[in-house]
Amino acid sequence: MSENQIPLDLEDGAVSIGGRPIVRGIDLRVGTGDFIALMGANGSGKSTLVRAITGLLPLTKGSLRLFGTPLDSFHAWHRIGFVPQRTGASSGVPASVWEVVASGRLTRRRLLRPLSRSDRDAIREAIEVVGLSEMAHDGVSQLSGGQQQRTLIARALAGEPDLFFLDEPTAGVDLPNQRALTDSLRQLKERGATIVLVAHELGPLRALVDRAVVMRDGRVAYDGLPLGDHEVHDAAFAEPHAHHHHLRQRGDHPARRDHAPNVASPLDRS
Amino acid sequence: MDLFDYGFMQRALLAALFTGLAAPAVGTYLVQRRMALMGDGIGHVAVTGVALGLLTGTSPTWTAVVVATLGAILIEVIRERGHTNGDVALALLFYGGLAGGVLLTGLGGQSAARLQEYLFGAITTISVSDVLITMALAAVVIVCCVGLAPQLFAVAHDQEFARVAGLNVRAYNLLIAVLAAVSVTVAMRTVGLLLVSALMVVPVATSQQLSRSFRTTLGAAMALGTIAPVGGLVISALVSEHATVAPGPAIVLLSLVGFVATWPIGIWLRHRATLRAPFLAVDPTAHETTDEHGHEHGPGCGHPAVEHGDHVDYIHDGHRHAPHGGHYDEH
Repeated sequence: MSENQIPLDLEDGAVSIGGRPIVRGIDLRVGTGDFIALMGANGSGKSTLVRAITGLLPLTKGSLRLFGTPLDSFHAWHRIGFVPQRTGASSGVPASVWEVVASGRLTRRRLLRPLSRSDRDAIREAIEVVGLSEMAHDGVSQLSGGQQQRTLIARALAGEPDLFFLDEPTAGVDLPNQRALTDSLRQLKERGATIVLVAHELGPLRALVDRAVVMRDGRVAYDGLPLGDHEVHDAAFAEPHAHHHHLRQRGDHPARRDHAPNVASPLDRS
Repeated sequence: MDLFDYGFMQRALLAALFTGLAAPAVGTYLVQRRMALMGDGIGHVAVTGVALGLLTGTSPTWTAVVVATLGAILIEVIRERGHTNGDVALALLFYGGLAGGVLLTGLGGQSAARLQEYLFGAITTISVSDVLITMALAAVVIVCCVGLAPQLFAVAHDQEFARVAGLNVRAYNLLIAVLAAVSVTVAMRTVGLLLVSALMVVPVATSQQLSRSFRTTLGAAMALGTIAPVGGLVISALVSEHATVAPGPAIVLLSLVGFVATWPIGIWLRHRATLRAPFLAVDPTAHETTDEHGHEHGPGCGHPAVEHGDHVDYIHDGHRHAPHGGHYDEH
């Protein structure tokens, strides 16, 4: 696992969910230090692609190498930082910002060992980068949506990864928080991190993006210099400038969560 | 009190103490996953296990451990494979387990009274070997729940993140299911299978009224968990000369009293936190001063002071008053 292997190399990748091909024919190479925005309309497959690259969904076709290692034999998960798409950082039991961020350090901790000094330093620094130091011991459910999103980014940071995946970190986040988020990501970029950002709209993040990959119906429709928000909504990318600002439902498979009451057998697998 | 010199009382106290420590420890993770009723589901399944033990003449504790563990794994598999939250699966197991248990007890010719010991607890009839088993199983549960707390917290908090962090999420999920099954059978003798979930969930619900972090929630839940069973047992022993108070329900009601006592405090704390959350650091559109203002705002003036950018706004009858020179601005 040498240091100069390229972080992400996907050749002819495809993902099927429940037998239906969702994402097909994706070639994606991301070099060290690149900041890539993966864009596209809702349902274009951008989140599905990231979930496949992070191993959450199986690739049905193609070869994927992370830092030069095929995904099947890849174990250096501490080099990957993941910010999943979710509406908040809270769960059924109170948890402080510090505790949520500390769980990101697990990638580098051994079982049953207490936190080392370097663990604590990394956690403190991650909280600093997202600007939540003063709230480190506050309950995460008391924070605003944008602050919770920043907590999730700090959690990914705590493991000191080289390659970041952020799935719609700015969705439903107000402008001041989007700016704070942009500042955090700028610091990451300056340190040489490789970043893959899934976004519907870039907003203030646009200044950081080196390259945009726009997806349309599960395929790459554009790969090049970043586009303005209005160009991404071009009809060629299957979106006649229609904004979707409602909160997405969790999961990105519309067929799985419909409006009809779901009383399928408990053992159904979609 | 001479009552505490009796062997059965000492055994009961030991069992209550260990149960009270173990049940809320697992319960915290179940509540975190929003699966507070899982303990109930496992408890119902364990009824079949107890009945199987009574039918075959083996130790009901061990058959209950085995059947409850199988039931818990089944619930976990259904939760993972299905796309419901597993509540339908839980319901199926609830009724199947209870019906199976009552049916088997009848087949074995055992009286309902024998089964009742397990349904509602009979802590004062616990034998020495049962106390030892309870202590050993409870110790295993406590060691796992506290020792693996960082991993279990991460998995319960965000499964997708935990998977990408390289944790074996399925193994940890199964571990929680098995630990829940074990603590259900541990608590079976103390409060009974039908009330077991109360010991796992109520202390957690109580402690999270007042805590902001996971660690204090877990610690306080375990502390409260020991108070309720020991306290309930002592109460039922002290009043035994005057009235028949079954220890199981006494324990559960005592822990509910704890919740009722802390609930209003929790509501007040959350209300205060919402009231004091800083306002968005945006300047007002125009400089607008208040009408004549006889009251002088300051620390302890009775109006909540809320951070707003580089100053504080005082909340006064639905207005936000910001001190500015000798007067107040409307913000």
